[in-house]
Parts: sequence; C-alpha cells; structure tokens
Amino acid sequence: MTRVTEQQLETDRMILNFGPHHPSTHGTLRIIMELEGETVMKAIPEIGYLHSGFEKLGEDLDFNQYITITDRMNYLSPLCNNVAYALAAEKLMELEVSKRTEYIRVLMCELSRIADHLLNVGMLAVDLGAMTAFLYGFRAREDIYDLFEIATGTRLTTSYTLVGGLMRDIPDGYDKAVLKVLDEVDEIANDIETLLTKNRIWHDRTKNIGIISKENAISYGISGPMARASGIDWDIRVNEPYSSYEDFDFDVAIALNGDVFDRYLVRMEEIRQSINICRQSLDKMPTGDVSIDPDFGFSLPPKDEVYNSIEGLIYHFEVTMPNRGMNPPVGEAYVATESPNGELGYYIVSDGNRTPYRVRTRPPSLINYSIFSKLIEGHMLSDAPAILGSINIIAGELDR
Amino acid sequence: MDFLSFFIICVKVLLVFAGTLLAVLIMVYAERRVSAFMQGRLGPNRVGPQGLLQPIADGIKFLMKEDIIPDGVNKPIYLLAPVIMLIPALMTFAVIPFGSTITLFDRDIILQVADVNIGILYILALTSIGVYGIVLAGWASNSKYTLIGGLRSSAQLISYELALGLSVVSIILMSGSLRLNDIVADQQGHLLSWYVFKQPLAFLIFLIATYAETNRLPFDLAEAEQELVGGYHTEYSSMKFAMFFMSEYANMITAAALTVTLFFGGWDVPLLDEKSLGIWGAMLSVASFILKMGFFLFLFIWIRWTFPRFRYDQLMKLGWKVLLPLSLINIFITGGYLTLAALK
Repeated sequence: MTRVTEQQLETDRMILNFGPHHPSTHGTLRIIMELEGETVMKAIPEIGYLHSGFEKLGEDLDFNQYITITDRMNYLSPLCNNVAYALAAEKLMELEVSKRTEYIRVLMCELSRIADHLLNVGMLAVDLGAMTAFLYGFRAREDIYDLFEIATGTRLTTSYTLVGGLMRDIPDGYDKAVLKVLDEVDEIANDIETLLTKNRIWHDRTKNIGIISKENAISYGISGPMARASGIDWDIRVNEPYSSYEDFDFDVAIALNGDVFDRYLVRMEEIRQSINICRQSLDKMPTGDVSIDPDFGFSLPPKDEVYNSIEGLIYHFEVTMPNRGMNPPVGEAYVATESPNGELGYYIVSDGNRTPYRVRTRPPSLINYSIFSKLIEGHMLSDAPAILGSINIIAGELDR
Repeated sequence: MDFLSFFIICVKVLLVFAGTLLAVLIMVYAERRVSAFMQGRLGPNRVGPQGLLQPIADGIKFLMKEDIIPDGVNKPIYLLAPVIMLIPALMTFAVIPFGSTITLFDRDIILQVADVNIGILYILALTSIGVYGIVLAGWASNSKYTLIGGLRSSAQLISYELALGLSVVSIILMSGSLRLNDIVADQQGHLLSWYVFKQPLAFLIFLIATYAETNRLPFDLAEAEQELVGGYHTEYSSMKFAMFFMSEYANMITAAALTVTLFFGGWDVPLLDEKSLGIWGAMLSVASFILKMGFFLFLFIWIRWTFPRFRYDQLMKLGWKVLLPLSLINIFITGGYLTLAALK
C-alpha cells in the first residue's frame, strides 16, 4: 500500500545573475541574486573581475614609480590616492614636505572629493532613473578635470605627487581658474539639490533603503561618508589630521539614519565643505618650493634642470637607475587618509631596498562593499542599484 | 459608397498613418534635442541641418543591423510580439478627430479617419492589446530580465488601465456619449467649457495614468535599464527593436492626442467659430490640435528628464490605493452633480 501525498505546487526562487555585464554595476561586478518575485532573498557578490595585481606591482616598482599605479586604482579621485601613497612613503622615510606642498595637496584632494561626490550622487540618480542630475554633475566634474589637466598635465592618470613633494608647482593664475570653477560647482550642486532633495519620488526611493546602523557600521569597518551617514562622527581629516588639515576650518557632515538618502545628503554637504576648504587653501596658500631638497636623493629634479644642465641630468639618472637612487630605511609605515569614499591607507614595508618589500592598500571600497549583501537582502530588485550606487564602489580599488 | 467617398477615406487613412509615423520621427528627434537642452548638452546636430535627419539615419542604422534571434527563444511568439505591439499603436489614432469639418467637392469631410460611436472604448481596447506584445516579448525571449520586465509592465498596464478608464467615465457621464466627436463638440464655445476645467481631478488621474500606460518615466519600470538592462526588449535587435521603439512613441502621440481631445477641447480654438471661417477655420483647428498635442508631447519629455523612477510596489500602491479610489470618488461626485442638475 502506498501513501498518496498531496502534490505541492512548487515555487522556485529565480536566480538572477546581476553582472558582470550590466549597466548599473559600475565597472565589472557580479552579484548572484536569489529572487522571490521581485524581492531579493539572498545576494552573493563576486569580485575579482578587474583584478590587476596593483599591490604586487608595488614590490617591483620603486617608491616614485608606484605613484603611477596608485592613480589607476581609483578612477574617480586619483589625486587622493597619489597623496595617500606619498604620505605613507614620506612617513617611512621621515621626510618633511614644505607647507606649500601640503596646501596644494589639500586643494587637489578636495577638488577630487568634489568630483567624486558629484559623480557618485549622479550615478545614484541615474540608477534611480533621474538622468539629468547625473549630467549636471558630470558637467561640473568636467570643469574640475580641466583644472587637474592644467596642474598635472592629464585628466585621469595624474601621478601628481612625488615622494617628498609634487611633480610640479601649480601654474600662475591657477587660483582664479579654481575659484571660477568652484562658483560653478556651487551652482550646479544647488541645481542637483533642487532636482532631488525635495523630490517626493526621490524620498520614496531612497529613504529607509539600505539602512546601516551605527553598530553595524562600526563592526563592518565602514568609513567615510557611509559611516558619517550612520551617525559616526569620524573624519580622519579632523580626528587625525594629515597634510596640514588642522589649518582648515570646516564642518564634518553627519546624518543619523544611515539610509541611502542620508548618504546622499552627507555627500552633498561634503561637496559644500570641500568648496569651502578649497577657497581657504587658495587664500592661505604659502609661498615656497614644492619639492624637498633635491640633494636628498629621493625626488626627481625639476624637468628644466634635467634638460638644460648636465648636473641635473646626472642627478636624474642617479635617482632612476636601478642600482642607485633611493635608500629607504628598513621599517614600515601606515598612513590613513580620508579619501572621498572613506579611509584610504597605504601600508609600506621596506627592507631597505630600492623597491618596497610589500605595499598594502586599505581600500575603502572593498571594506564598504562587505556589507552590501546584507543590505540588499529583503529589499526589492529595484533597490539593489540604489544601494550599490550609494556605496560608491570603485572596481579598480575593490580588486587591486 | 461612391468612388469619391472611398478616395477621401483612403486619403485620410494615408494622411493619418503618415502623420503618425512622421510625428514619431519628430518625437525621437525632439526627445534627444530637448533632453540635451535640459542637460546642457548639444544633442544630435550633425546629420542634416540642426541634426534634423538624425531619425532617418537611425532608421537606416536599424535596417542595416544584424537581426539576431537568440538561442532558446520561442520563435513564432518572439517574432510576433513587436508586431502585436506596433499595429494597435498605429491604429488607435484612427478615431481621434484632428480638425473640424472641411467642405470640399460639395461635401462635408470630417477630419477623422473613422467616426466610430464607441470611440473611447475602441482606444481603450486597442491599447490593451499592446500589453500582449510586451508580455509575450518578455516571455518568449528566454531571458530573466525580459521576463521580469514583461511581468512588471503587464501588472502596471492592467492596474493603470482601471484608473485611466474610470477617469474617462466621468467625461462620458458629462458628455453622454462615447463618440469622440460628441465629446469635442461638447467642449466648444468658451474656454471654460473644456473638460479640464470641469473635471480637473479626472484630468490629473488621466494624465498620470497615461504616463504609466505609455511606460514613460517616472513609470518606465518595464525597461528600467539600471535594473533590467533593457526590460522586455533586451533580446531584440535591428528592426524588431525599432518596432518596439516606434510603438512606444506612437503610443505617446496617441496619449497626447487623447488628452487634448478629452480635456482640452480637441481641435477647438477658444472663442472662435471655426465653421464660419470655411477652409481656413479647418486649417486653424488642425493647427490648434497639433499645437496642444505638441505641448503634451513636450510635457512627456520634460517629465522624463526631470523625475526619478518609481519602485514597483510604490507604483502599484499609487495605482490601486490612490488613483483608483480617487477616480471612483470623482465618478460619484460627477454622477451626483449631474443627477442634481437634472432634478432642477
């Protein structure tokens, strides 16, 4: 005798492969999602599609050469990475850079922060269907990139810093150009806020979505605007100032709810504060050299000396030849900086050779991304791009 | 039917068909230029003067593209879906009166392809057929993104059709006819006789519902590219994609025309008796119709490039919990008012 059981209607969960080729994965990401209807029940992020061995390259390139790698790690705010690495290397070698260098670095970092946040807010908007806010932000970002081009010669692969200084000083009249762009950015930030901040649909889409509680933010090691949106009053620029940030007067933007909307608000406020810092740095810009004593043996000599004097040329070769040049002390150094996405740190271990023994990056993107699968579980499929956009991952930094 | 009437009908069909297709081309161009203007860009300006030939270049591009049919699709349905969507989209315009009567060859010609006495029902019925195109395309494409897109949009279209239909009911109550000509005739005279002033709530509901019906932002969930790549038409390429594209724009044009007909007096020029002006009056009425329609088409573009997109559950909530009760209340108010007015 067999027992007849009632046949249950089976409902399977749909497995959706979100990426690596998907319009909203910002680079190459892959998320394997289990959907029930439109609700995400489980999400497994998979990274590694943009792995380029950046950290390993650090063991083969000398301290100045590696700066060219750092800007490729972060394609939204490369100058912040340049500065962070230079600071770590300087700490290792116990170098003091001039005040002017520090101020220019602050200026560049803050301009990068504006560009990064504008793009991030824009991407968040475009992920929620508001294309216009994105293009407004992109336009302002374009002007900021022009400023980078004036100072560094390139738009993205800036490689502006050197260990112990800058590649070159900012040109004459740069402050006027910057002030003009800052005014424009201010206006565009107003435009974006007009489009979004009081928009009912925007509120519906971003409020109470992807909430990170204060405890979770701390236990996941989340930093930067994401942590501040969860109510954590922590900004490395204020709490552990580097590169003369203590000279500047600015507020730390904080929100309490930790949802997508608050992260958006914090980023918008940081744009304003950064504009403020840029203006201050131009006001107080000290005079002086942007390179430490050339005889020291670390930084490259100025280009016209290389081209026009034999001493300069010899010295250039001395620095760059594999069996000469830098003699860093044996030791290790870690410097944390406040990059647009959070704590960006470089940890360098030196065994006294020309190239470091190990370079480790503390990437804000990777650590901020670690909470992502937890955030989208239980939300709808449409919220996944919103949360992803508010985290602002940079795939190059994620995979290194 | 004599030869002349047949000839006149043929000319009208051709005129409306060509007009709709031309309007689609103009809309595609306008969408890109206006959005560029709003976003501080230039937009297409290379092909022809001011880029006016861009839609034609796009059309040629669509024709030249390789027609890919992915593996594992349900071929007959996959091929049929764009057709199901395009044909009703082009047919709906047939009952919309786009001008007053012209007297030519000693006979009165109404500027409308078919003067059907169930005009509104015809339009609602045909637009509902378009849903099948979306659902079938989503299902037959054998892709998860298209399936979700198709499901979303079928749910969306069905729920917003209710609000749309019910908001139109209050208009029907007031005009007492389903014929679009009667509805237009009812709005003749001074400006305040337009139904937008008599039925502001119905107008608002109707406007919102048309945005959902045409899958435009803020209701374009069926093709939310950030979530679903391309929605229901992800797997379509070449001319089949173009057919979806065209039908979307054709739907938009019909929606704008219907808004004008139902709420803005159709071809009515305020404070002017078109019939007394003869052929010039008819021309003027057509111009007025196109102008009003143009405004609503511009509104479509304007809103698309201003607002973010709703989420699926929010969209459903808006449709079922806000628009549907509101339109029901509106019907009751209209009905009550008409009954009281009749009692007097």
